[in-house]
Amino acid sequence: MKPTPHRIERTIRFVFLGTASISILVLSLIVLFLFMEGIPIFSKVSVPGFIFGRRWYPASSPPDFGIFPLLAASVAVTLLSAAISIPLGVMTALYLAEIASVRFRAIAKPVVELLAALPSVVIGFFGMVIVAPFLQDTFHIATGLNLFNAALMLAFMSVPTICSISEDAIFSVPVELKEASLALGATHWETLYRVVVPASLSGISTAVILGMSRAIGETMVVLMVAGGAGLIPTSIFDPVRPMPASIAAEMAEAPFRSDHYHALFAIGMVLFISTMIFNLVADYISRKHKQAGSATL
Amino acid sequence: MRSPDFQVQEEIGSGRPGLEGNPEVRKEADIRIRLDLGRRIRGRRMFQAGMFGVFRFAALINGAALLVVLIFLLYNGRQAISWTFLSQAPMDSMTRGGILPCIVGTVLLSFGAMVIAFPWGVASAVYLHEYAKPGPVLRAIRLGINNLAGVPSVVFGLFGLAFFVTWCRFGVSVLSGALTLSALILPVIIGTAEEALRAVPATYREASLALGATKWQTIYRVVLPAAFPAMLTGCILGISRAAGETAAIMFTAAVFFTRHLPGSVFDPVMALPYHIYVLATAGTHIEATRPLQYGTALVLIALVFGMNLIAIVYRARLQSRQ
Repeated sequence: MKPTPHRIERTIRFVFLGTASISILVLSLIVLFLFMEGIPIFSKVSVPGFIFGRRWYPASSPPDFGIFPLLAASVAVTLLSAAISIPLGVMTALYLAEIASVRFRAIAKPVVELLAALPSVVIGFFGMVIVAPFLQDTFHIATGLNLFNAALMLAFMSVPTICSISEDAIFSVPVELKEASLALGATHWETLYRVVVPASLSGISTAVILGMSRAIGETMVVLMVAGGAGLIPTSIFDPVRPMPASIAAEMAEAPFRSDHYHALFAIGMVLFISTMIFNLVADYISRKHKQAGSATL
Repeated sequence: MRSPDFQVQEEIGSGRPGLEGNPEVRKEADIRIRLDLGRRIRGRRMFQAGMFGVFRFAALINGAALLVVLIFLLYNGRQAISWTFLSQAPMDSMTRGGILPCIVGTVLLSFGAMVIAFPWGVASAVYLHEYAKPGPVLRAIRLGINNLAGVPSVVFGLFGLAFFVTWCRFGVSVLSGALTLSALILPVIIGTAEEALRAVPATYREASLALGATKWQTIYRVVLPAAFPAMLTGCILGISRAAGETAAIMFTAAVFFTRHLPGSVFDPVMALPYHIYVLATAGTHIEATRPLQYGTALVLIALVFGMNLIAIVYRARLQSRQ
């Protein structure tokens, strides 16, 4: 049977569809293997006991597998870093998209891209060697490796994400909206504040969520600068141990397929599920609240 | 005297219609507005100038942060860099000697990841942009890719450990690490490849199809060659992302120390980012090996930034040619 051109075309189409679906396959494999290695821990500890247990002593006997301190640390670090990175990222995006001259933009955009390219281990190293001693001397605290330091370093990792996505959103606000506002006598600032920002709010929210999702999953920075104490933080200068840091630090010492090993995979599940929720929410916002375009006016 | 609003508008949106006009008329209108609103406008303008100052400051902080990190690494790392440092293996339980095995390991891992991810990413992008029609299949694939992009690197590490290292029995090896990294950089490559395909004018495709070429012939002979240069930037960015990645290779490929350079893809390797982490946190000689840490970090940054700068300049050139 001689292959007809039509049949060849159809085969090629299916090959491409197959290749594109591998991404879904990989995602499913991640879920499968994460759960396969993580679920066994729940025969030793209940799900609420795992999530709300206040003691994380996986290596002592009898061991305690309560990840609440790690969870609280992750949430605290992410929120504090968001408090720094959201204003910084959004203001930078507004400046680059609406205010800056063409020449400033041409320099600043690559700078933001390079900031995004900084390897996390280098940022962690910087936080350890420079920022930690500085914090220790300035605030007279026991250790510079703490929640605040980690949040600060994480902020600089999420600013580029927030900045570039919200800049795209701000840039695509139709010029007619701005012209209408300016024509009514509003100043440039008033137009920005009352027209441009509300019009691009869905894009900016997506950017913020993705930035926070990046911060909660970031490993090397929190591993190196957060201090590593598995305690529920009471002040921003407490040393903490967020979830990714726990996984990375303890995996090497956890015996293969021991309870500790399974518990670390279960932390990975929690991490995966929380970033997945962040991503789905971001996807939902950007789909449901489509940006106002000139056609919708 | 033009009003600042118009000036700014002309700067950022050159060529936009509607804001031009007879300068004389505009001047007159401007004077009248000023007479009417006088003081109030001045207050609003001053407020605007103040706010814009704050915004500019925020933008400058980013540049300052990058500069501080770079200067700190250059200043402290330059003494460590020498030919010996770049060409020898570590000695005396890693307190002296060089980082050659780490450089080799990082290059192997990142290029290995790219060799796997580039064809895969480009083929996915071709499907998404050239073949797929809007519908549930396309949406599912897009959602999959978006979620893959959001998976934390440490979770990729866990996945690599459970799947490639344990289940596939590849062990802690270059192969496991490269496969894990390829899944991690895939979204980057798909994103840039799709953008590259989008930039190919529809007229190219129409011309080819009109001459009687099939869809696949059009893609293979016309669309891909036209899009290829732009896809290369994604390739470079992917390599640099893989080179700087630590958490994903911690459990899958990297080890503290190996005596030999890897002989096959089933050997474990040392890697630059992991080397920095190990020297800076674990071990008994943290202070003594500071110069080595700075040197390693400087080499890693030079590698990553070098590739990023090449990608940025190359992309700017492609855009100016269009």
